[in-house]
Amino acid sequence: MAKTNPKGLKYTKEHEWAKVEGQVVTMGITDHAQELLTSLVFVELPKVGKKTEQTKTLAVVESVKSVSDVYAPVSGEVIEVNTILTKKPEIINEDAFGAGWIVKIKMINFKELDKLMDADSYTKFCQKEKH
Amino acid sequence: MATTNEEIKVLLKKTPLASAHKKLGAQMVNFGGWYMPVFYTNLMEEHQATREKAGLFDICHMGEIKIKGKKSQELVQQLITRNIDGMPVGKIYLSVICNEKGGIIDDLTTYKIAEDEYMLVTNASTKDKDLQQVLKVKKQLGLTDSEVKVVDISDKIAKFDLQGPNSQLILKKICSADLNSLKFYTFVKGKILDVEAIISRSGYTGELGYEIYFNSKEAVRIWNKLLSVGKNLGLRPIGLGARDTLRLECGMNLYGHEISEEFHPLQSRYGWVVSFDKEFVGKKALEKIKAEGWEKQLVGFEMVDRGIARNCYQIFKNNQRIGWVSSGTYSPTFKKGIGMAYIDKKYDKPGTKLKIKIRDNLVEAKIIKLPFYKRS
Repeated sequence: MAKTNPKGLKYTKEHEWAKVEGQVVTMGITDHAQELLTSLVFVELPKVGKKTEQTKTLAVVESVKSVSDVYAPVSGEVIEVNTILTKKPEIINEDAFGAGWIVKIKMINFKELDKLMDADSYTKFCQKEKH
Repeated sequence: MATTNEEIKVLLKKTPLASAHKKLGAQMVNFGGWYMPVFYTNLMEEHQATREKAGLFDICHMGEIKIKGKKSQELVQQLITRNIDGMPVGKIYLSVICNEKGGIIDDLTTYKIAEDEYMLVTNASTKDKDLQQVLKVKKQLGLTDSEVKVVDISDKIAKFDLQGPNSQLILKKICSADLNSLKFYTFVKGKILDVEAIISRSGYTGELGYEIYFNSKEAVRIWNKLLSVGKNLGLRPIGLGARDTLRLECGMNLYGHEISEEFHPLQSRYGWVVSFDKEFVGKKALEKIKAEGWEKQLVGFEMVDRGIARNCYQIFKNNQRIGWVSSGTYSPTFKKGIGMAYIDKKYDKPGTKLKIKIRDNLVEAKIIKLPFYKRS
């Protein structure tokens, strides 16, 4: 069973989470997503300085069998990447909402946050997807 | 995801174990028209369990064709590329069957059941065309039904693969056959529980292991019994996902990837199963190819830079496209990207550096002598 989706985070329909602190958005994939993907064996990170656009590809995660795009939850610029994931992608499986964060983005448009879900809506969204 | 479990299962062929897989929590997929488990809990764990302990695979989807009668040897000899002169009862040959152009209709194993009887074990998706080819060759040779009978027994026969270092200990618990003296690529008839079975020492994983064949009505009972007697020896059910990574680490071909009618055995590392000292369908074409050479050669590669090269990714050398990946994955044993590829033959030497296009990047790989994995 996937871990509870933390309150206070924002969520996308593509199963990314976003933690907003001022202008900085830390993002990763949700525990539900890592569970669907199973053991991750490879993560391709963007370069610091890359411009991001909401819903556009930001990173790639791979399991033995699958290749999946990770989408930017907000537009802006990549200011930090979690480089340890390139050596230890399994951290995402172990702690998707914490140590498994993928990228920090400096956000340029706060209005985009309105398009994201809160924890309750995202939990309901996941349940609906299952049925 | 294109189709959900619920949508596909009504359209697909099922093995007798479809419900058992669902109960075990398997993720089911469409594999060549069959409703099959891709993994039960975790592909990596299943791969490792097979390498270190034991794994049980439902392989009931594969085909079995029985060839029986006083002229059965003549038919099989003309059909498969390998010379079966002097093949003893109880022996298994890995071989291919080719069309007239030398293209591979299928790779299969031939079991010599009796002096006048053989069993061909075929891939699932190719079984029907294999059967057509057997009947065509029979007709070409002018053989009558009283001389040789060809019967598709696929639905009546269940096939399980039991693989891994503990496979022998586990099978011994419910099998009367003498497994100690059973050599690689040979088989015996014996009983599993009270069920008559063919037990062969062979497999698709590179480990000590067995392929077992018996009445498909007994499939659920034997599946459950094996899993329960094997539990303490680390036996787990294994899905097709780990079956693929296990075979790829051993450099074994998969139909539809390394081989098809577009490829001939000489370029796909199956030259050793082609016997030019006898007649068979496709021999003339293969002799010509052998004399003139061929362009694309199957090789193994590993990633030098980080990355996982996958099926159909393009391969470059000196900025020229020289081939494509036929199978690529992350190797759970070696913890890096490995694969097989067709490339221009002039670059096929082990150690040769290549570039593989992964998304927008050209990533370095090098040619490796196959197999990647050999059991110690």
